Amino acid sequence: MTTAAETAYTARAERRVPPMGGLNPTLLRIELLRVLRNRRTMIFTLIMPAAFYLIFGVGQSYANQNAGRGNVAAYIMISMAAYGAMIASTGGGAMVATERAQGWSRQLRLTPLSPAIYVFVKLLTAMLLGALAVLVVFVIGVFTMAQMDTVGLWVSTALIAWAGSLVFAAFGLFMGYLLPSENVMQIIGPGLAILAFAGGLFVPLEDGSTLQKIAQFTPMYGISSLANAPLTGDTLQWTWVVNVAAWLILFAGGAIWRFRKDTARV
Amino acid sequence: MTSTTITSAAPKGSQSGVLGDLAVSATGLRKDFGSVHAVRGIDLEIRQGEIVAFLGPNGAGKTTTIDMILGLSEPTAGSVTVFGQTPRSAIAHGLVAAVMQTAGLLKDISVRETLELTGSLFVHHASVDSVIKRAGISDIGDRKVNKCSGGQQQRLRFAMALLSDPELLILDEPTTGMDVAGRRDFWAAIRQDATRGRTILFATHYLEEADEYADRIILVRQGRIVADGTAAQIKAMAAGRTVRATVPSATSRVLEGVPGADSIELRGETVLIRSKDSDAVARYLLTQTDARDLEIESRGIEDAFLALTSDAEDEPSTDTPEEPT
Repeated sequence: MTTAAETAYTARAERRVPPMGGLNPTLLRIELLRVLRNRRTMIFTLIMPAAFYLIFGVGQSYANQNAGRGNVAAYIMISMAAYGAMIASTGGGAMVATERAQGWSRQLRLTPLSPAIYVFVKLLTAMLLGALAVLVVFVIGVFTMAQMDTVGLWVSTALIAWAGSLVFAAFGLFMGYLLPSENVMQIIGPGLAILAFAGGLFVPLEDGSTLQKIAQFTPMYGISSLANAPLTGDTLQWTWVVNVAAWLILFAGGAIWRFRKDTARV
Repeated sequence: MTSTTITSAAPKGSQSGVLGDLAVSATGLRKDFGSVHAVRGIDLEIRQGEIVAFLGPNGAGKTTTIDMILGLSEPTAGSVTVFGQTPRSAIAHGLVAAVMQTAGLLKDISVRETLELTGSLFVHHASVDSVIKRAGISDIGDRKVNKCSGGQQQRLRFAMALLSDPELLILDEPTTGMDVAGRRDFWAAIRQDATRGRTILFATHYLEEADEYADRIILVRQGRIVADGTAAQIKAMAAGRTVRATVPSATSRVLEGVPGADSIELRGETVLIRSKDSDAVARYLLTQTDARDLEIESRGIEDAFLALTSDAEDEPSTDTPEEPT
């Protein structure tokens, strides 16, 4: 038998549902820590793009050639930042695959955390990681060969490269819900490399070539073109914007579709 | 319908301020997975303060039922409320917590971080230090989850469940995969916690666990409740005894007068009588007939459990608890 003194539960009236679906600083802090502690993530999102920039940008004879409002090193820096952000945000979104495979998302269903907030936190983590990837390449760029005419160009190209990675955060989430695998990044990694090439991140696409005609329909093409446009001075083409918007809608729609299926089932 | 309610276990004292509402109330709960009928109509009421074992063989529908109580899956038919609310609402308010076999842990964070993260999701939660202590994992707070043994991970899940100070704690096969010592320690921790009057529902296929730790045992078989009562009642109704004797004059007419027989079998001169009141049967045989060589065999509790939950026959024949009328 129990006595009243021993049954001092939290009073019913005090039991409230958390505001904002459970979103809180501790959750964000631990989620970020997890990403930053992951050695593989750090290598692929921060070290590799920076190393590519140093190898293909700084170390080459064409580095200081004119690229419009700056030099070729800056162009490669922007491309590698976009590449890093792409890998980072895809990986951040794809973390849901690992967490579903490990049964963590099921565990979270036993807490007040709303599934929508869970996805939002994944998205936020993915975008923060993407920002870090851009920042690292740009900071190295500042101290090496990269050169652009105005501070505004540095800021605008960095922001576009970063914002564009939202497309890939949505892609990562979509794949994360689609593929029930702990190693989802190993599955989609080669695909990302192909998309990066098709986006002209590693080798510029020759205007009017067959490759370019096909590539302009791939998801990295729009982001890459938009991010480099302030530097090169190319006139903005509406097809780039349509490309980004269309892929964002497609990936986000896919992610929402799979997410809804997932929360109905789990 | 084979469901048999003996008498439900008496509620353990009324809890202050929350009189009247049931911890769990389920009516006509059914769950189909395609053509598989995992749960085929469960009606269930659990009062506050009860410690209830959900006992049945693997595949009986225990986990499926618990999933519906927790809102992890939607019933195909029927409804369930937890403290008068939807399962999701009860979870969001921190009224119910669970230690689930199927739910996982993040491998890349420490025990303490797991608890900080989980606690942060609730408006009111116990301190991480206090639940770590109560779950008996103070020594591994800084250990990465993937470095913890299965038993330690299970205690971590238990600590996580304690964070919201839930009024109802649900444990699904909580000691699966633990060794004997681990199992004993785990239950000691649960038991200590239960002295505070928490309502506990645990699923198990270990009869001893149900027997030892529950006030009330609900036996499930093939998605239905086949018996519901205290451990002693379940044992009594399932156990029974067999009286065997040589009765040269045995005829069906002679044996008609045997009191309290559940079944009578005649093999030549040997009579086998199954009964819950073997004393009365023996007394009758020895005094009213020419019975000799009388033996009384008690069925082990394991056999009793198997008899009650066996899938071999479509309808169990041994679950009539009262005197046959």
